[in-house]
Amino acid sequence: MSNTNYLLAVEDITVSFDGFKAIEALNLYVDQGELRVIIGPNGAGKTTLLDLICGKTRASAGSIKFKNQEMTRMAEHEIVRAGIGRKFQTPSIYENLSVFKNLEVSFPRGRSVFGALAFKCTEDVRARAQAVAEEIGLAAALELEAGLLSHGQKQWLEIGMLLMQDPELLMLDEPIAGMSARERELTAELLDRICRNRAMIVIEHDMEFVARIAHKVTVMHQGKILAEGAMEAVKNDPRVIDVYLGH
Amino acid sequence: MSPSELFNIVIMQGFAGFSLFSVLLLMGLGLAIIFGQMGVINMAHGEFMTIGAYTIYLASHLSETFAPGLMPYYFPPAILLAFIAAFAVGWLAEWLLIRHLYKRPLDTLLATWGLSLGMQQVFRSTFGPKEVSPTLPDWLLGSWSPMAGLDIPINGLFVMALTLVVCAVVFLAMFRSRWGLRVRATVANRAMANATGIDTRRTDRITYAIGCGIAGMAGAAFTTIGSTGPTSGSLYIVDAFLVVTFGGAASLLGTIASAFSISQVQSIAEFFLTGSMAKVLTLSLILLILMMRPQGLFASKVRR
Amino acid sequence: MNKIFEQFGTHRHAALILLMLLLAVVLPLGLDIFRLNLIGKYLSYSFVAVGLVMLWGYGGILSLGQGVYFGLGGYCMAMFLKLEASDPVSTKIQTTPGIPDFMDWNQITALPLLWQPFRHLPLALLAVVLVPGLLAFVLGVAMFKRRVSGVYFAIMTQAVALILSVLIIGQQGYTGGVNGITDLKTLLGWDIRTDRAHYILYFVNVALLGLVILGCQWIQQSKLGTLLLAMRDKEDRVRFSGYDVASFRTFVFCLAAALAAIGGAMFTLQVGFMSPSFVGIVPSIELVIFTAIGGRMSLIGAVYGTLLVNLGKTYFSESFPDLWLFLMAALFIGVVMAFPDGLAGIYSARIRPWLLNRRGIQAASSVTQAGNPARP
Repeated sequence: MSNTNYLLAVEDITVSFDGFKAIEALNLYVDQGELRVIIGPNGAGKTTLLDLICGKTRASAGSIKFKNQEMTRMAEHEIVRAGIGRKFQTPSIYENLSVFKNLEVSFPRGRSVFGALAFKCTEDVRARAQAVAEEIGLAAALELEAGLLSHGQKQWLEIGMLLMQDPELLMLDEPIAGMSARERELTAELLDRICRNRAMIVIEHDMEFVARIAHKVTVMHQGKILAEGAMEAVKNDPRVIDVYLGH
Repeated sequence: MSPSELFNIVIMQGFAGFSLFSVLLLMGLGLAIIFGQMGVINMAHGEFMTIGAYTIYLASHLSETFAPGLMPYYFPPAILLAFIAAFAVGWLAEWLLIRHLYKRPLDTLLATWGLSLGMQQVFRSTFGPKEVSPTLPDWLLGSWSPMAGLDIPINGLFVMALTLVVCAVVFLAMFRSRWGLRVRATVANRAMANATGIDTRRTDRITYAIGCGIAGMAGAAFTTIGSTGPTSGSLYIVDAFLVVTFGGAASLLGTIASAFSISQVQSIAEFFLTGSMAKVLTLSLILLILMMRPQGLFASKVRR
Repeated sequence: MNKIFEQFGTHRHAALILLMLLLAVVLPLGLDIFRLNLIGKYLSYSFVAVGLVMLWGYGGILSLGQGVYFGLGGYCMAMFLKLEASDPVSTKIQTTPGIPDFMDWNQITALPLLWQPFRHLPLALLAVVLVPGLLAFVLGVAMFKRRVSGVYFAIMTQAVALILSVLIIGQQGYTGGVNGITDLKTLLGWDIRTDRAHYILYFVNVALLGLVILGCQWIQQSKLGTLLLAMRDKEDRVRFSGYDVASFRTFVFCLAAALAAIGGAMFTLQVGFMSPSFVGIVPSIELVIFTAIGGRMSLIGAVYGTLLVNLGKTYFSESFPDLWLFLMAALFIGVVMAFPDGLAGIYSARIRPWLLNRRGIQAASSVTQAGNPARP
């Protein structure tokens, strides 16, 4: 495929598990600075799509280009270093390290074996961790063991760990699952803020939240894209209504 | 060496390989159930095989002493006894030890290694450090020569037949019986299986014990090709694990295929090289293939 | 588990100093050279145990083949010493003088190419670390890149141990077979069999062990140590933070191999021979036992574990040979079931709080409580 102006261009991607096609000939384009939300019923292939982009699952066919660079053959850590960050569905943080350590470990320096041996926590690392902690509302909890945080705070911490890497594309898998209404509101504000200088792909079920944050919505169903566009348009698409309410 | 002689040698080495195949397959089958299905790393598996072998020895000894007339007939019932003995010990071991460790697979490895040390010492104290051999019935000893220059040992054929029967029974039990269904359900999702009314603790115990019982039958097969000592089982433990891993841990069919290929490679290599170099060659080959394809021969691709 | 480590961490240096005092002062003063040499032999195993703390405790990778690296290190050392002991004068009764005796018995008439580098001490010392390190590197890259881990890694390393021990036993002419390489006499003309040499080697061993533990403590405190723990518990999170998990695992596997090899070389020097009985499956698992009993998260604990199990083994196998294996079995099952963190876990969960408590009550009379009765 030719080069594009898109930040991320997923083209004709297919993946099958033992013959079952989880995703089939899917195309997805994400602009610089865009906040895209992917919705769809369970088993639509949303998480698999994120897995494909970040290299956790390998595509059977198709291409994924990030800044016009082919990603499908790169190792996971190379994809991360190219500028793609991924948050998992269940909060995945280092429970028995402090919040500060969690952020420090995610700082993109000393990523090789010997780099890690020589790594020193200098002032700039400290400053960055402090700034990120303020962003995610955990500035007061820096020395707390991460396992003691509330479920919502853990979600934020994982987002914070990704912010330490300053990725150009941030992918969040159900970031508000298990959050209170207040926490949801704070998360929406957080996403608004951090989206200013990067693109994001968010998987979410909560329609109110989706409407609140999304620039553009993609609806997936059975491994394919069913509809794409502004939230209002998508919500009134008869095929989408059929998938969510029909059968 | 004429072509027909070479042909005979290949056939005979092949059949010699079949005895090894039977032992490896029975060991691997028991382990595929315990390790592949339950995830318990049973380092004492070799000792359960030894239990079976000593049971055969005891049966032959008792029959020789008290009922010499029964000598031609003792072997088949003794195989059943070997199964029962290993099954019983396995049941006990699961109750005392294994059931506390299901959540810590690597620790089952360490604990069962301790178990195997203890069992070896029990064997040593009971039967002495020297290797023993049962007196096999006469009908097992001869050889069958379908044509001149070709001798196929009967014990190999017998063990082969025994293995086939056990395999068939295990397959039927696994895929056609209520027990097999319960085992597969427990493996797939323990909490869900519990919720649907399956007694997973009981299922675990029976499954572990059956795996051990099959190892006991491997011990019965083993007595036809070698003599039994306290540490005989430990010689096969690595092979057994490689058989299961090489076949693809959760696949019973893979276990058969890998036991067959491993035993045949080793047996044929033994003809051209010394025994130890044949073993080195076989193990290195498996290791190399496993490094290329860590999931083993038969494994399905699923979303992780 | 991390709690334990942190508690221990504050006392890290005190614990190391205490251990060094015990090894370098108390034991040499209290024991005759025969017993001290025995302790030296056990201490050479503790290099492997320290490596296993890094690999297994921190890295979460259980290797059941550490005997391979211990053995390779030991053999590299032994090959040099054997060549020195096989000079043409002292082997003049052989068919081919100047080659090791077992080669002569196996009708080998020239020194094999494999042995040539071991004529030189610097090359031999380099080989002690490089040969096992390289093997670990190749195996590590091959397996960790393909995400082999946990049980499967353990089984594969065990297979390597089996292969190497069968190979060494099978290739008598090149390796000395089941007897190993024996009758080692001198190191660059210095007789290693004298009491004086045993003393010196013991202290070299203790010093090396101290350095190795310091080095490992430094690694544990660096970002690499944090990453190892992080990888053990949340592998994917580390990977998706931009780290190449495989290369970190390969590193810690090579580190453990190199440490085991140093232990092996020190074993050869102090005991005066090397044989395949230190390479195979059983010794490899025993090394894991030492680590488990000492505490898989504690470098210092691993050393105590090694010492205690071996002292117990020596005592019981001399006095009650039948009971020894039962005891070992019981100890092992007991530790795994009841004390997964080993002696170090018992110390920090039970003894240390009790000590602190006592110290709180009798703050004035600060006596030495660390449980090290100083013997003159």
